[in-house]
This record gives sequence, C-alpha cells and structure tokens, in this order.
Amino acid sequence: MIAVLVLLAFAGGWEAYARLGGVDSLILPAPSEIAAAMWEDRGLLWSNLLVTAQEVGLGILVALVVGALLAVALHFSGALRRGVYPLLIASQAVPIVIIAPLLVVWFGFGILPKLVIIALVCFFPVVVTTLDGLGSVDAEQGKLMRTLGASRWQAFRFTEAPAALPAAISGAKIAVAVAVIGAVFAEYAGSSEGLGHLMLQAIPQLETARAYAAVVLLAVFAVLLFAALSLAERALVPWADRPQGTEPT
Amino acid sequence: MATRLKAPAQEPRNAQQEQQTADSVKLTGVGRTFARPKGAPVEALRDVSLRVAPGEIVAVVGPSGCGKTTLLELVCGLQEPDAGTVCAHPAVLMPQRDLLLPWMTALDNAALALRVAHQKRDAARERARPLFAALGLEGFERARPRELSGGMRQRVAFLRTLLSGRPVLCLDEPFGALDALTRRDMQEWLAGALAREPRTVLLVTHDVEEAILLADRVVVMASSPGRVVAELPVTAPRPRRGADPALVALRERALEALSG
Repeated sequence: MIAVLVLLAFAGGWEAYARLGGVDSLILPAPSEIAAAMWEDRGLLWSNLLVTAQEVGLGILVALVVGALLAVALHFSGALRRGVYPLLIASQAVPIVIIAPLLVVWFGFGILPKLVIIALVCFFPVVVTTLDGLGSVDAEQGKLMRTLGASRWQAFRFTEAPAALPAAISGAKIAVAVAVIGAVFAEYAGSSEGLGHLMLQAIPQLETARAYAAVVLLAVFAVLLFAALSLAERALVPWADRPQGTEPT
Repeated sequence: MATRLKAPAQEPRNAQQEQQTADSVKLTGVGRTFARPKGAPVEALRDVSLRVAPGEIVAVVGPSGCGKTTLLELVCGLQEPDAGTVCAHPAVLMPQRDLLLPWMTALDNAALALRVAHQKRDAARERARPLFAALGLEGFERARPRELSGGMRQRVAFLRTLLSGRPVLCLDEPFGALDALTRRDMQEWLAGALAREPRTVLLVTHDVEEAILLADRVVVMASSPGRVVAELPVTAPRPRRGADPALVALRERALEALSG
C-alpha cells in the first residue's frame, strides 16, 4: 500500500520534471508518454516480454540448481572450499559485458547464451547463502545425530538440507534483481528478440518512450518474480519464524 | 496398556541379577585433557572411575566445568579418553538444549531415531504414537517445536532419546534451562516415564535436589581437574518427596561433598 503511494509520488515528480525541467523527451520521456507507448506497443512489448521472462525464469532455475549443488559440494569438501570458493568470488568480478560476445560466439543467438549469462550472474548469491545455511546447523545437533546412529548422509538429509532450504530461496530472491539486468545484457550482446533487444532498437529509432516502457515492464516482472519466490518460500518453509513486513505486497 | 519398547540389557531391578550381568557403563581411571592453542592445557577429567549397573539411574552432580559433559560424551563414544578405559553399552545423548528440528512436527521429532534406523515415515510415526500419548503429549503430535512450551519440548526431546532403543540414556542437564516450577513438574514426569520405560540412565545435573529425587545413586564431582569426590546411594522408596527427612539428610551430605 505504502509502496503504491511512494510510486505515485515518484511518478508525479518525474512527470513535473520532464515537463518543466526542459529535458528533451527523447532523453527522458514523461511517465504519461511512457504509459501511452506501453498501450500503443502492447503487442510488441508483450511478445518480447514473454521471451525475456522465459530467459530469466529458466536462468534463475539453472542458477538455483547449479548454485545449490556447488554449495553442497563445497560444504562436504574442505579442500574444494579452500580451492574453489576464491575462484567463484573472482568469477563475480568479471564484467559480463566482456564475456557476453564470447558466449554468443560459442552458443549462438538462441536462448542458451542468455541462460548461461543469467546463471552466471545469479548463481553466486545462491552459493553463498546456501553454504551459510548448510553450515548453520549447531555442532551439538551433529553430536546428537551421531548418538542416534545417523550416517553422514542422514545428518545431511535430516538436519543440514532442511536448514539450507530457506537460505537457498533467499539467495534466489537476491538473484532476481540481477537476473533481469543479466538478461538485458545478454540480449544486447546478440539476440533477435526480447525486451533487451527491443530497447537496443528503440533508442536509435528515437522511440525512447518505448524503451522506458520496456524498463517498466522489466521492473514489474522482477517484483512479481520476487513475490512468487516469497510464496514458494511460504509453501516450502512453513516452519520459519517470519517477521511481519518482509513481503512485498 | 503399557507399550514397552525393546530395551536390551533390561531386566527387573534385582540386586542379585545386577551382580551377574556386566556393567552397562564402566569407566576405569579415565583422564581427559584438552589442548588449547594458547595457554596451558585444561585437564577436564582426572582418574575418574564410575560403574553403572543395568537399569540403574546414576546422577552426576558437580559445579560448572567439572567435566560432566565430557564424561557423557565419553560414554556416548563422541570422545576418546586420554587415559584409562571406557566400556559402555550403546548410549544415546540428550543434550541440555532440546535441539528439536523446527521443520518437523513434535511426533516426527520424537520418531527421528526410527527414521535414522531406516523406517518409513508412517511406520515410524505409528511406532512413536502410543508412547507419545502415554507420556502426556497427546494432542501435540502435529505441533511444531516453536509452538511448544519449554517443558513440552524437553518431553519430546526425551521421547526422541527413548525411542532410539539404546539401553543407556545420557541426560545432560535436561531441565537446566527451565524455570523452577516447570523443572519440578518435569522431574516428576521423568520419574514416571522411567518407571514406565526403565533404562540405564546417567543423569548430569547441577541440581542436588533433582539428583536425589531421581537417582539410585548420586556421584559428586569437583572441578579443576574434574574428579569424583563422593558417591551416595539413595535408597528411599519411590515416588520420592523432597521433604522426606532421609532425603534432606542426603542432600546435606551431597552439598557438603560439593563444597569440598
């Protein structure tokens, strides 16, 4: 509710600035122009949104699976943790814009290079949060499981894996925001469809309002994705002590 | 009707038979020293000898840092002694904190040991259910741990320990975190539960009263280094009441031994 008011105030200020501030509407279109563009180009925007949404959704899924598996591997092997974890951190310092063309050369213009890029920017928060979640189990709990006769695998299955589940979902929530940016980068690097591709074309065509309309759609999509993950969290982690006011509603 | 779980090495409490069967727990001249990265090593236990007969309830009382927890972990096989020998039947630990798994219901937490023993979830639940009800937890089967009071959580934790089927229970200050009134209730409850499901019990506590109410024998320890300073048999019949003059006298003796 408050979010809507903040949004309205923001849009109002923007509108006033765009009209009175003397900035060319080719540089900064007013919200009213963006809304008009969104309506006029709705078919175009919608079909491209579907493309990008699919890339982001699948990309996050890949990141979740790869990130969780990596976290489990790192959790079980101290050698791997010491050897590979620093490399993972280093991998996050590589700007995607530099390697995106390479991925296009390797994987072509289809969905594959997009998935790789999105997964690359998204897996890291999943790895970090999941690894922390796996390690958050009390040492006493481990002793208890051992005296109950549990094997290492059973200790993982009954204590560590459930403890890491909410952490992995938190990682995915963090990943949502960067996933959308990753998708746009990936489409800039080489694509024939998607909202990133649409933006890339709209600017030189002097359709700035259309590019902004695409940005608004991406932002709304990110919020919806985040909300979907929160719902999934509720369903999958019913035991969590959830403080009020952490859900975007 | 009583639902008895299999408790190996569990025969009617009978002096003659106790002499015939081997000890459930036997520590002989046990020493345990922890190295520290900085400073002198800490001697947690020195020359500790302790025997617990099958079916016997032995309470170990002592001040903080007298090696009580180390003693239990030795019996449970979580640590190895640096000196002496530890012989014990399979033992299960009940830590001071309940450590219930928040993602499992109370019944599933109680049945955890059965799951670990490769029973299917439904089968484990069905085996745990009768005892769950018999020990005063009926109606809380589907409650999650955070919905339970501290006392209820300890009951579930104890049930989890019991259902492991191990003949020896190592209880590490099971009621240490509870308020005084709840602790009193829980002591009575535990006495009832053990009367119903007799096991060999090694109970660590810093509460002399609790030790005397529950145990057949009280072992008093002193700290730095942890060692046994007194052993007091408790022969008063059960159920016991704290006001019993024999118990009051025993408490005085235990406190005297504690203050060294």
